[in-house]
Amino acid sequence: MDGVAQLQKQLVDYTASLFQEGFLDEQFNQLQQLQDESNPDFVVEVVSLFFEDSERLLNELAKALEQKTIDFRKVDAHVHQFKGSSSSIGAQRVQKVCIAFRNYCEEQNIEGCLKCLQQVKHEYSLVKSKLETLFKIEKQLIAAGGSIPT
Amino acid sequence: MAITGQVLRRNLPENVEVFDDSPSGSLELHVLAVDDSVVDRMVIERLLKISSCKVTTVESGTRALQYLGLDGEKGPVGFDGLKVNLIMTDYSMPGMTGYELLKKIKGSSVLREIPVVIMSSENVLARIDRCLEEGAEEFLLKPVKLSDVRRLKDFITRGEGKDSGERSNHKRKREDDYASSSSPSSLTSPSPSPPSSSSSVLSASPSSSSASSSSSSARMSKRAKLRNKD
Repeated sequence: MDGVAQLQKQLVDYTASLFQEGFLDEQFNQLQQLQDESNPDFVVEVVSLFFEDSERLLNELAKALEQKTIDFRKVDAHVHQFKGSSSSIGAQRVQKVCIAFRNYCEEQNIEGCLKCLQQVKHEYSLVKSKLETLFKIEKQLIAAGGSIPT
Repeated sequence: MAITGQVLRRNLPENVEVFDDSPSGSLELHVLAVDDSVVDRMVIERLLKISSCKVTTVESGTRALQYLGLDGEKGPVGFDGLKVNLIMTDYSMPGMTGYELLKKIKGSSVLREIPVVIMSSENVLARIDRCLEEGAEEFLLKPVKLSDVRRLKDFITRGEGKDSGERSNHKRKREDDYASSSSPSSLTSPSPSPPSSSSSVLSASPSSSSASSSSSSARMSKRAKLRNKD
């Protein structure tokens, strides 16, 4: 079946590029290992949860950094959470920005923090759209009667 | 690991065969996972379920203690019907940290025999030491992998008498270390475990001092293992 083979190749290539460009790391592979016939949507589910949680954290961060007097410990706490969840799903570039972000929090560097907030928003929206594309290809593949290569 | 074995036997109904049987599959551990991150709770739950464990997840140390029946007047019978064989807790949590939870559990005559594993995204030696000294069985670096859970499960269910490769080497090292160390130093932190469970080899060896220059090689090998994690 040409259609399936093509989609499979597209999926494999696209996934590989995400790894190559550092959007995803090994932890994403770990998640895929946790998916099976009894839990066929695990990766989509956990990533969706990540999206929800991230949006909440980004809102909290924006709010915290808008305050007249910034509570850096609070900011750091949110970044720490964001770092953790991005690490748990393998969103490497987001995680890396979080590390830099935490350093600025420790230094109580407002400008650094604001810069990092923009960066992390950017990286997050990139990885979000990449993962959504990935899931779309998977969906097409399954609809065409194929299965996700392991 | 006779002590751990006894703990598990006590916790299971009579008709369930324990690890006298062939490994993995015949014994379903019930794990209580504590993590404030909703994403991590989902991942750890899946990691444990795919490793054939029963899982209960809670979002905080307070909730964990409630579940274990340790807060309020519930007393030892408040296990929600299902005994807990292992507690895995995140270290950094708002309110009660994993370390504080660990202390409360090890400080409870009812719960102290339940193995506790700490998970953390931060590889801080002082933190790791502190947790091991307080009686944590293991300190896992996040993100937790399937291989970590498998190894943990093996350790909890197999105990002594079974050759679990790396694990038994680990144990042997510690036992040798214990036997050969002359520990004249008074720098040992007080062992939190009661005499009956202090033979749990993988928790802090009471003979090891906490001074950096004379750390037990066993703890160092565990640290080294943690540091070599990918």
